[in-house]
Amino acid sequence: MTRVGLIRLAVIVAMIGALELACQTGLIRHQTIIPPSEMATSLYALLASGAINADIERTLGIIVIVIAVSIVLGFALGLVIHALPRLREALDPLFATYYAVPIFIFYPVLIAIFGLSPIPIVLIGVATAVVAMIIATLNGLDRVPRVLTKVARVHRLDAVTTAMTLQLPAAAPYLFTGVKLSVSYGFIAVIAAEFILSPAGLGRDIADAYSDFNNRRMYALILFLLIIATVVNTVLHVLDVRWAERRAGGRT
Amino acid sequence: MNAVPRDIHAQLSAVTRVFPGAGNQPPVDALGPIDLDLRKAEFFAVVGPSGCGKSTFLEVLAGLQRPTAGTVTFEGKPVSGEVAEGIGVVFQEDASFPWLTVWDNAAFGLRRSGVAEAEIRRRVDDALAFMGLKGFARAYPSQLSGGMRQRVCISRTLVLQPRLILLDEPFGALDAQTRLLMGDEVLRLWRSTGATVLLITHALDEAAMLADRVGAMSARPGRFIEIIDTGWPRERDSKIVAEPAFGEITGRLWDRLRGESLKALGHAGMTTTAAG
Repeated sequence: MTRVGLIRLAVIVAMIGALELACQTGLIRHQTIIPPSEMATSLYALLASGAINADIERTLGIIVIVIAVSIVLGFALGLVIHALPRLREALDPLFATYYAVPIFIFYPVLIAIFGLSPIPIVLIGVATAVVAMIIATLNGLDRVPRVLTKVARVHRLDAVTTAMTLQLPAAAPYLFTGVKLSVSYGFIAVIAAEFILSPAGLGRDIADAYSDFNNRRMYALILFLLIIATVVNTVLHVLDVRWAERRAGGRT
Repeated sequence: MNAVPRDIHAQLSAVTRVFPGAGNQPPVDALGPIDLDLRKAEFFAVVGPSGCGKSTFLEVLAGLQRPTAGTVTFEGKPVSGEVAEGIGVVFQEDASFPWLTVWDNAAFGLRRSGVAEAEIRRRVDDALAFMGLKGFARAYPSQLSGGMRQRVCISRTLVLQPRLILLDEPFGALDAQTRLLMGDEVLRLWRSTGATVLLITHALDEAAMLADRVGAMSARPGRFIEIIDTGWPRERDSKIVAEPAFGEITGRLWDRLRGESLKALGHAGMTTTAAG
């Protein structure tokens, strides 16, 4: 591990330690936050009992669908919009202000249309994540050097081969930024939607535990989601760094 | 179509290129009219003031741009808007692919041409050895200097065994010493492949050192105002810069181009005044 990585780890350990100490000494009331050690043991017990397996399966399943649809749809729409400059000119102001609009206001409308099924959650998740992927795709394609298009023509490549063998790898670092954002937005949107209104799922479970003053269960579930989100983001970060190293010839 | 003499490899007849004006601006006459016969296996260099249409000329000859008027032929067949088989182009910009190793960069075109794997290996290994990149086959472009990256791009062109190699200021971004050495390598490549080479450059000394013939181009719209035979033997290298004839050729080129360069600058000045 690098020196910076060690410092980062030390900061996290120190913060958890401080929280543990504050909770154990009564500085923070047990009714407000339970000690991290209790969160961990409670989570272990929950996982071992299998009581949240169905919720985990449902929530993570929806998140995977949201992320996959957002990435594929965002990339495809990005390609089309990039190829149509006038459409892009018309849409650019909408993209620039998209995240200033609270997309969640449409969640009740979606529930009214589709009922309390996973569909409104998927739709709200995709609506939240897809624009990040579109913007990243446009940004990536903008940065593909023009000379590569000429190289493609010199090699007499058709449009699809040019896109797959030159434009896609040349734009990959920017596309990966879109992937990372889509993953983050996917997690946030799905958990938040479940939290607001849903018959099941980890978000719903957290909301129920909160209403029941069941702090042990609520913090265990929060810890579980934190661990999952951290693992996913760490994997993405490691992949990003590896690819960047490869492109930079090991000299990032 | 008229019969093309056997030693004519590519031919441009009354070629012009006009770019449509942006918005309310008038169209821009970028090139021509140009008439040129490129002879088989000759090394032809084009020099001219900035913005005179040298690169446009190369792209029209390559088939990357359609001429507005006139005809372009390569090996007797018309070229228009598509790059013909047998033409290779090396650009001024770094066109190496940073996500591929040097070896895979060189093999890129062959892999998309349906060439057998063994033949790809043979040609790529040969090209990398020829360009002095054998020890860097597994390296990525970012680990190489600008000159080496340009050699990677030349290797990628070379493996396709082009019969006409078009070089668009390939050493423009390199320092003077590296350019001299790269010039030697291009001469070696030209002799060993037997290809016809057309080099676009802004450097008079580079053109005078490398080419059999040098075409001096006017300010925009670019036309050939003189084509000079250098008279160099086929076996030559950068040492000819010490020859008295080298000074004479560059001097003559500068005589022809000084006025054109001033015209180009004056034109830029007028544009600035009008705009500002």
